[in-house]
Amino acid sequence: MSSVEQGQAVQSAPAYHTNDRHPAPERISGEAPRMQTDNLTVRYGVSTFGIRDVSMPVFDRRITALIGPSGCGKSTFLRALNRMHDLGADIEVSGAAYLDGENIYQPGVDPVVVRRRVGMVFQKPTPFPTKSIYENVCTGLRLAGIRRKSVLDEAVQKALSDAVLWDEVKDRLKSPGGSLSGGQQQRLCIARALAVEPEVLLMDEPTSSLDPNATMRIEQLIQQLKQQVTIVIVTHNMQQAKRVSDYTAFFYVGEMVELAPTPEIFSSPKQPRTAEYLHGTFS
Amino acid sequence: MTDTVLPALRSRTLVPARYRAPGDRVFKTVVVVLASGIIALALAMAVVIYLEAAPTFRAFGYVSFLTETTWDPVAAIHGALPFILGTLLTSFSALLLAVFPALGVAIFTAEYAPRWLAEIINYTVDLLAAIPSVVIGLWGIFNFAPQIRDAVYMPIYMWALEDAEWLVPIIGAPSTYNFVTATLILALMIVPYTVALSRDAIGQVPKEQREAAWALGATRWEVIRNSVLPYARTGIIAGILLSLARALGETMAVAMLIGNRNRLPFTLFGPAATMPSVIINEFREAVEPLHYSSIMAVGFYLFIVTIGINLLASWIQQKLSLTKGTL
Ligand SMILES: Nc1ncnc2c1ncn2[C@@H]1O[C@H](COP(=O)(O)OP(=O)(O)OP(=O)(O)O)[C@@H](O)[C@H]1O
Ligand SMILES: [Mg+2]
Repeated sequence: MSSVEQGQAVQSAPAYHTNDRHPAPERISGEAPRMQTDNLTVRYGVSTFGIRDVSMPVFDRRITALIGPSGCGKSTFLRALNRMHDLGADIEVSGAAYLDGENIYQPGVDPVVVRRRVGMVFQKPTPFPTKSIYENVCTGLRLAGIRRKSVLDEAVQKALSDAVLWDEVKDRLKSPGGSLSGGQQQRLCIARALAVEPEVLLMDEPTSSLDPNATMRIEQLIQQLKQQVTIVIVTHNMQQAKRVSDYTAFFYVGEMVELAPTPEIFSSPKQPRTAEYLHGTFS
Repeated sequence: MTDTVLPALRSRTLVPARYRAPGDRVFKTVVVVLASGIIALALAMAVVIYLEAAPTFRAFGYVSFLTETTWDPVAAIHGALPFILGTLLTSFSALLLAVFPALGVAIFTAEYAPRWLAEIINYTVDLLAAIPSVVIGLWGIFNFAPQIRDAVYMPIYMWALEDAEWLVPIIGAPSTYNFVTATLILALMIVPYTVALSRDAIGQVPKEQREAAWALGATRWEVIRNSVLPYARTGIIAGILLSLARALGETMAVAMLIGNRNRLPFTLFGPAATMPSVIINEFREAVEPLHYSSIMAVGFYLFIVTIGINLLASWIQQKLSLTKGTL
């Protein structure tokens, strides 16, 4: 894409806007958004809305937690941020999602490139079971055309170290990814996503299948990653949202009800529905 | 209430389960009897065939029966090598011809084709598998074999006579029913199996595995190569081996199309024979005891070969099971 087109795309990106459904506290508009959605709507088939008119920023090198009851559209929103919905039949996305000011849904954008810049970690650990640990981490790099052994070696070590897995697997890089424990597999998946140095990392309940110990390690890891990457994390665990995130967005039946700095949303939510939900889950 | 119920419950649960439920024991007995019955039946069959074949083994020896290149019941010479070679060559060549197109079709229907097209293709493939082999043989005899001889084999043979004489002993003078024709038909017959089995294996790959590759910025083909095929490989290989087993045992269409020549050497465009084809062609005329027992001996070796392939299949499957070993 030429710089002229990029310039136009930047211009067409809306300023983070507020309407009655999406109240924006003045303070957070001071931060720089890395991503920004504008009336993002995802429909499954004709009648089911996954999310409806969601407009919210994702701030650069901050951790944004998405909370809300089951089925409220958290995963749907997350997957809309790297065009994973392209893969499903009968899924319709409208509205816009800007990455560095460029709408990832505008015609001519290659979703493969979007996914290289916006990585994803899933709820269930999904290592490629027949590939070795080393090759699992390499997958994204090889897809990007990197062949030099020295470059790959270095990237693998860095990604595995960043994912706090290096010490546990450095002597068995050749063994299959499926031979690790659940928590290790999830960290392997994080390493695999980190290896391609994404700008944004989307995590959908990354710790829900793990024990408290592994959960703690991954939470620490997320905190460290914040230095380099912008993170959006879906969680059902309010304590986790409180512990790790800088911002929290509350979703309810397909709408984004409230986005605020995490301490604020937990201590003094502005929206009655947020208060109700938080009250309900804490009592 | 707790006073009366609890002690009773306790005393009952202390009795080991196997003394309590007669249903378990009955079920177990039935299962064991049925399972061992099937094994015993297979063993009995092997033993009977072996005993019937014994005169041949005594007359020629186990090894020379396998290595003798001539089968001439009139002269009382019985060698199984032509049929063993014929079976292995037709089966493996047919498999080689069938596997890649079949995998291509399976991948295309599972990953690329729009749903309506995939359904049409799958339906057609399943239909092809359901055609009785004798019908395919009939079509081959009256239509395919003569046409392909005139349109393909003859020109090649003529060209070889002129320009590549060294090829002539390999391809041989084209006869209507021959090795290549039988192999092509055999390939056609196993394609639906390979397609259906690898399609199922590909269908078993979890959505999460594909999404994991998509999320790394893989293109469609990269998703297939990095995540779908490796995950499905055990099922695909099992499907290929099952197709091979089917090719080894396929009798009717091959017997109708291979031309039935009972001695080596075979040529590509000349007649040949396989183990099933010689059995089906000669069992009715086997009045000489040695001829009869030699047919049994061929059957016995066919039995051994198919069991061997099946053992190999399960060994490979174990070797390649998901968590063991990387490829
Ligand atoms: N593939 C799909 N086909 C049809 N409807 C879907 C599909 N995926 C999600 N939905 C619907 O969209 C809505 C939002 O689902 P989503 O998975 O985004 O919720 P969620 O907030 O992630 O829930 P959970 O916390 O249980 O993971 C739900 O009503 C759900 O039924
Ligand atoms: Mg979800």
